[in-house]
Amino acid sequence: MTKSIFRDGDVIAGALTAALGTYITVTAARWDVMGPEGPGPGFFPVGYGIALIILSLILIFQRFTAARHTEEDRPFDWAGFRRAAITWVAFTASTGLMPTIGFYISFGLLTLFLGLFVFEKPLKKALAAGVLSAVGFYLVFDMALDVALPAGLLGF
Amino acid sequence: MDIFAGLAHGFSVALMPSNLLWCLVGCFLGTIVGILPGLGPAATIAMLLPMTYSMSPASGIIMLTGIYYGAKYGGSTTSILLNMPGESSSVVTCIDGYQMARKGRAGAALGIAAIASFIAGSFGIIALSLMAPPIAAFALSFSSPEYFALMALGLALVVLLAGDSLVKGLIALLVGLWLTSIGTDLFTSQSRFTFGQTSLLSGLDFMVVAIGVFAITEVLSSISDQEETQVLPVPKGLRNLLPNWEELKACRFAFANGSIVGFIIGVLPGAGASIASFISYGIERAFSRHPEKFGTGLPEGVAAPEGANNADTGGALIPLLTLGIPGGGTTAILLSALVLWGVKPGPLMMTESPDVFWGLVASLYIGNVMLLILNLPMVPLFAQILRIPVYILHPIIFGVSVIGAYSVAGRVFDVLMLAGFGALGFAMARLKFPVAPLVLGFVLGDAMERALRQSLMMSQGDLSILISRPISAGMLIFAVGVLFLPLLPRFRRLKEAAG
Repeated sequence: MTKSIFRDGDVIAGALTAALGTYITVTAARWDVMGPEGPGPGFFPVGYGIALIILSLILIFQRFTAARHTEEDRPFDWAGFRRAAITWVAFTASTGLMPTIGFYISFGLLTLFLGLFVFEKPLKKALAAGVLSAVGFYLVFDMALDVALPAGLLGF
Repeated sequence: MDIFAGLAHGFSVALMPSNLLWCLVGCFLGTIVGILPGLGPAATIAMLLPMTYSMSPASGIIMLTGIYYGAKYGGSTTSILLNMPGESSSVVTCIDGYQMARKGRAGAALGIAAIASFIAGSFGIIALSLMAPPIAAFALSFSSPEYFALMALGLALVVLLAGDSLVKGLIALLVGLWLTSIGTDLFTSQSRFTFGQTSLLSGLDFMVVAIGVFAITEVLSSISDQEETQVLPVPKGLRNLLPNWEELKACRFAFANGSIVGFIIGVLPGAGASIASFISYGIERAFSRHPEKFGTGLPEGVAAPEGANNADTGGALIPLLTLGIPGGGTTAILLSALVLWGVKPGPLMMTESPDVFWGLVASLYIGNVMLLILNLPMVPLFAQILRIPVYILHPIIFGVSVIGAYSVAGRVFDVLMLAGFGALGFAMARLKFPVAPLVLGFVLGDAMERALRQSLMMSQGDLSILISRPISAGMLIFAVGVLFLPLLPRFRRLKEAAG
């Protein structure tokens, strides 16, 4: 086994969900859990928060015990992950730009960016895709359906 | 209103020109979505739901449900021509369907898939029409404890069947319960888990969560798993799409098998069309006179799973419409859609909203015929959709997703949350956490908490109310039993080791 068990996906996920469970339980315990009129706002969250902690610890424990037997080390597809991560960052950035440049321009830029850097298309193709998609969306959603979308400083 | 009067009323609603049009639009979109790998009906329905706000509830549910079952028809096209499932429920169709296509019988395989889908889909709808009224009548006696127990049972079944790991399914479910708690408590006005953000006081919108974890996640996963594909040619002309007599004869048992298995599995929350198609294929193979030939291009290897994944629709709509319990991600979105339109799915839906209930059931009969007509002569046309380049398709999905999330409340904040849920869904997919329990936890969490708190108010905090009433006790015992079921083999192994 070349990879540390502490870098295993299940162990990391288990640790994160255990932390979430602790946060839920501690926060909810400060609210009314059980009052004279019955259960309060903390009752249900305390219950599933504790269950989340227990299940997260079971997940981590299972991974530790399974690792002893399988010792498997699957290669992680970093190239695929990088493509998805770039896409997500571009999508989030285009969302952040919407109040300034509006939906249609930010959507066109996103399409151009993905075409160029994620799908590695020539500039002409990516540019055509970006412009035509933005115009197509404008015609369908603004002109035909009259859907209100974030408008930028240019007014659309 | 008895079943036949209900159906007659339903047809009067479904045959209205506007509803016929929406049914056709739903079936058409569903077929396209089914054909496109990486875009599922759950994501599409979530994206399009905000655009149905101005429709009548009957028209809206007719269209959205058309997408749901239309996708199951369309999924087979990709499986047969590309050896890649357009839908998760069409995975099994790849095995024999693609082999038939490689032997030059692509047309027959597509024809068998369409015919099996039609026969089994019709069986599922008839069974739904007959079984829904008595189940709803039984559920009329339910009070808060029974509803809580029913939801607990539904969630238990879902996490058991949703993925390989029970623990991961349960964790996903609990995260869904937490997400639905975010906002203001309806009983006490206490703000919960809002991190001081006023935007979160009204809670997370289901649409934002659903579009994020389905649509955005599907695009990110598809980009991550980039694969080169080659589409096999489809013969032109209706005659070349019809199977010959020998092929149809070989499928007669598969049509019945797919219909029955698909419907029964569909009723079970969490099982879903994928499991139905696998079981149906397995039964077909087990009872075949030549099981060794499965996987080499047998028509019954296409008919059984395709039938099962379509009969599943009728089954899956029973708990949704009569009990208000969705069995999977797509039906959870349909439930939210009904609630958004002011329709309450459950035992009273048939009497309170007969237009929606019976109109939907009648539209299923009509949609099934529409899909047969769409899927036989138009398959060569639909197959062209597979040639849309991904660098155009994926940004379009992003664009429609943004519009769907923004339409909820007109806030960019919701679009940023959408990106966040896309990342969460992608991380869950990479770490093999099932997404369906999270969505179901989110959909049912609020009602489940309300039912639990109302039950405990009724009993002044005494938890025994949940087990002192026979129906709720029975369902809770069953739910606990279901959760312990996967542990039985381990106990047996431990016992053997100790003995």
